[in-house]
Amino acid sequence: MAETTVASKTVKLIITRQDAPNAQSYTEEFEIPYRPNMNVIGALMEIQRNPKKKDGQATAPVCWESNCLEEVCGACSMVINGKPRQACSALIDKLEQPIRLQPMSTFPVVRDLVINRERMFNALKRVKAWIPIDGTYDLGPGPRMAEAKRQWAYELSKCMTCGVCLESCPNVNDRNSFIGPAAISQVRLFNAHPTGEMNAAERLETLMEDGGIEGCGNSQNCVRSCPKGIPLTTSIAAINKDTTKHLFKKWLGM
Amino acid sequence: MKGNSYLSRKIHSLLGVIPLGLFIIEHMVTNYSAFEGGAEGFSDSIKFLNDLPLVFFLELFGIWLPLLFHGVYGLYVAYQSNVNTGRFQYGRNWAFALQRITGVITFIFVFWHLYQTRFQVMIGEVKHEELGNLMHDIASNGFYFVLYIIGVLAATFHFSNGMWAFLVSWGITIGPRAQRISSFIWMGVFVIVAVMFLLSLGAFRGDEFKEAASAALQLTNLV
Ligand code: SF4
Ligand code: FES
Repeated sequence: MAETTVASKTVKLIITRQDAPNAQSYTEEFEIPYRPNMNVIGALMEIQRNPKKKDGQATAPVCWESNCLEEVCGACSMVINGKPRQACSALIDKLEQPIRLQPMSTFPVVRDLVINRERMFNALKRVKAWIPIDGTYDLGPGPRMAEAKRQWAYELSKCMTCGVCLESCPNVNDRNSFIGPAAISQVRLFNAHPTGEMNAAERLETLMEDGGIEGCGNSQNCVRSCPKGIPLTTSIAAINKDTTKHLFKKWLGM
Repeated sequence: MKGNSYLSRKIHSLLGVIPLGLFIIEHMVTNYSAFEGGAEGFSDSIKFLNDLPLVFFLELFGIWLPLLFHGVYGLYVAYQSNVNTGRFQYGRNWAFALQRITGVITFIFVFWHLYQTRFQVMIGEVKHEELGNLMHDIASNGFYFVLYIIGVLAATFHFSNGMWAFLVSWGITIGPRAQRISSFIWMGVFVIVAVMFLLSLGAFRGDEFKEAASAALQLTNLV
């Protein structure tokens, strides 16, 4: 008896679709049976199982990406009811219906909700967001990190390169070469590390080139959108200070 | 834009404060003398400015060239930004969008205002002593008066919010608390500067500017 009442409850979705990277996008409406505790990924899996539009017509199943299903990999990021976020932590019960799903179109759309976040990984390479410890001989143990510093640096290390901050930033677009907030915060993380600090100047210098930190216009949407609560605007301002200092030091030949 | 955009943007930012921000304050003080000291106070202030040493170079390097760079590069910066206040209705995002919108309005307003005043002096249509009268004519025209109010509000917002952003982008206000306090301060500055400009704009409508100027005109006619 309970089953019949549950089965009559449905979830309505409006999904922006795109068949190929350069194809025109279009929307399709879906209505799927509701299950308790469902998330957006669950809804997409339901559509995959039974790829029919709301009007009953068959359609190609909707494509999306996901891995961890616990908001740590960033693969499932998409625009849900107007806000960029992770589909795996977006619970149907907490969303207004019809639920609108769109790809994060700041990035190149591969298909439907699948996007290509390569520019973020390139940005991390550009700023050398790692700690170089490889050598031809044993370099010995590095300097220790103070516990208080480790604690705030840990917050920065939670970044999963999901791209939500870039999607929310009005200065990340095809007229602007801005690297985006995530990579700048990673520079702060690796420059704070006692070993990483040894390459601090190099990282700052890449941010003082075209498309570097100068692209930040302080809309501060990023810090409000980051699912990991990373203090992005504080990182950007701190790196502003470091780059400014670096600029003056270079001018003065210090 | 070729070359290093980091440097161009830093220069843009610096020029916005020194000299342009200082100039706005100076301009506010000069105008305010019209409210406080009437026609006489205003012409005294103008005389003081014109008596400054090397006034030509002060104007060239203190106003014209910085204005040109800040304005033109600023238009490019505005062109590079999206407006997404529909999706992200946060106060700071609105300030971000308004900074660009008021920048464009200020650009247009300043050029037009310069044409109406400084350019007329340059081509000899108007003398320095007659600027009060000129402003009286402009401010008494309802249409110009409204446009000036819009221009003044845009310019003062752009200045105040720009100062907030300057402190962030040079790494002076870093944490959220510092930035919040800074935004209260600069919004306070916006209100004060805007009110002072608007009071002087209102003062220019007063009859004494007409009389004083016509007296000056008569004097020159007699001579
Ligand atoms: S900083 Fe936050 S929003 Fe940006 S990529 Fe990292 S986790 Fe995502
Ligand atoms: S699947 Fe990994 S964050 Fe959603």
